[in-house]
Amino acid sequence: MIVAGCDVGSLTAKAVILNRHRILASAVSGVQTSPASSAMQVMDRALQKAGVDRQALAWCVGTGYGREHIPFAQKTASEIACHARGAQWSLPSVRTVIDIGGQDCKAIRLDESGAIARFSTNDKCAAGTGRFLEVMADLLGVALSDLGELSSRSRRALTLANACAVWAQAEVICHLNARAPVEDIAAGINQAMANRVAILANTVGLATDVCLTGGVAKNSGVVKGLEQMLGVKIRRLTIDPQITGALGAALMAREYAQGGET
Amino acid sequence: MIHAGCDVGSRTAKAVIMEDGEILATHVIPGTPDPERSARQVMEGALEKAGLTLAEVGCCVGTGYGRRHIPFAGARLSEIVCHGRGAHWCRPAARMVIDVGGQDAKAIRIDASGRVERYAYNDKCAAGTGRFLEIMSKPLGIRLEDMGEASLRATEGVKISTQCVIFAETEIVSLLNQGLPADSILKGLIQAMAHRIAALARSIVPARDLVFTGGVARNPGMAAALQHTLGLEVAIPATDPQSIGALGAALLAPETPPGTG
Repeated sequence: MIVAGCDVGSLTAKAVILNRHRILASAVSGVQTSPASSAMQVMDRALQKAGVDRQALAWCVGTGYGREHIPFAQKTASEIACHARGAQWSLPSVRTVIDIGGQDCKAIRLDESGAIARFSTNDKCAAGTGRFLEVMADLLGVALSDLGELSSRSRRALTLANACAVWAQAEVICHLNARAPVEDIAAGINQAMANRVAILANTVGLATDVCLTGGVAKNSGVVKGLEQMLGVKIRRLTIDPQITGALGAALMAREYAQGGET
Repeated sequence: MIHAGCDVGSRTAKAVIMEDGEILATHVIPGTPDPERSARQVMEGALEKAGLTLAEVGCCVGTGYGRRHIPFAGARLSEIVCHGRGAHWCRPAARMVIDVGGQDAKAIRIDASGRVERYAYNDKCAAGTGRFLEIMSKPLGIRLEDMGEASLRATEGVKISTQCVIFAETEIVSLLNQGLPADSILKGLIQAMAHRIAALARSIVPARDLVFTGGVARNPGMAAALQHTLGLEVAIPATDPQSIGALGAALLAPETPPGTG
């Protein structure tokens, strides 16, 4: 039985195709002009990779910011529920899931049975969300995906005094004008990001294991900074951290499909 | 006796020269990257207007973000203290000052003699500071100095759902793309900003008779929005609202021991 999950976020759309217990394929693509077209594009890509026809999909669950607009999803689920679900599939011992999205950040605390005990979200302030890194990468003139590698080459990380993305931008411009090495600035940016995320994560009461989901989890500088701030090791997922929400949605789709069968 | 006040802020520098309780001159210039140069330039401008030389000034008090770099200041005081005193001089009945500058916002409660009772301050978040309007000026295509008029022209403000400057910038571009008029979006932005400032004011329990100062007070749309949001009458000083900190510094000069700060 083949099912799918589709996560339409603010910057990227993600799709996962699941056959029973196996991920057949996943896809990530930048958002289009409408959430519906983003969903269709990313799902078509995932289906193509999996070599599966759209008609073969028994169920699809949608999640993310644009979840109400996914034309082929029979049900929707919250991002919180999907991220928790997807992370647990990859790492059953996980008790704290930190998801950094393009325009928000969530911290989810799971209880011993794996159910959601508490969560906390920031979507009001760009600091501590993917948007902060995006703005900063633009300023430095580097690709967002290069920020982690860049900061790993830093020998003396700079400290940004401001959390606010607007003030931090002015600070970064000052550092650039003073000809500070770009890798040292990048390290400061990643640390500033980690500081903000750590504040949110601590509000839900940290418990191990801790994992990081969302695209920012691929930034080693932020991961390292967070480990330092939280005083715990962040466990790596066996899946692409960016598809965690879509995977969780697919797992829910599988449940719905099985429920329908019985 | 001639006294002066010099306020070197993040975006502008201001100077006021007074003689026996009367203002001789006020002067405002855009700031330079070097606070010392800003201070010298603005004081020279004010002295020229007053027809005086620096040697004739008995004492000058420095204030503002760059107050440590004013070479001719005999003493230094915080912006909070100076704004309280300056607002009191403009309006003796005032018990509350809201000052919104280029990079910060302050709400100050003062007593009957203009002394500070309580205050709240935001320089952590750009929303609710002058920087918010400065950034929005570009996508809206409305110059900062034209924003007040433009917002008053609009009949209704477009509701802005985000608070963060970074998120609001994206929201505005999308609202403009939807074909909404720039004036109405601006009015909505000013209302959103007024909410932020009102929240700061509420944190210290706003008092009646409120004076609105700082560069943003020159925007009549903001004063109107603030008045509406707080449900209190908001007075703009007859003296340039941007120079109230420098004015307070000049007023405090005779009573401040040299070397203070």
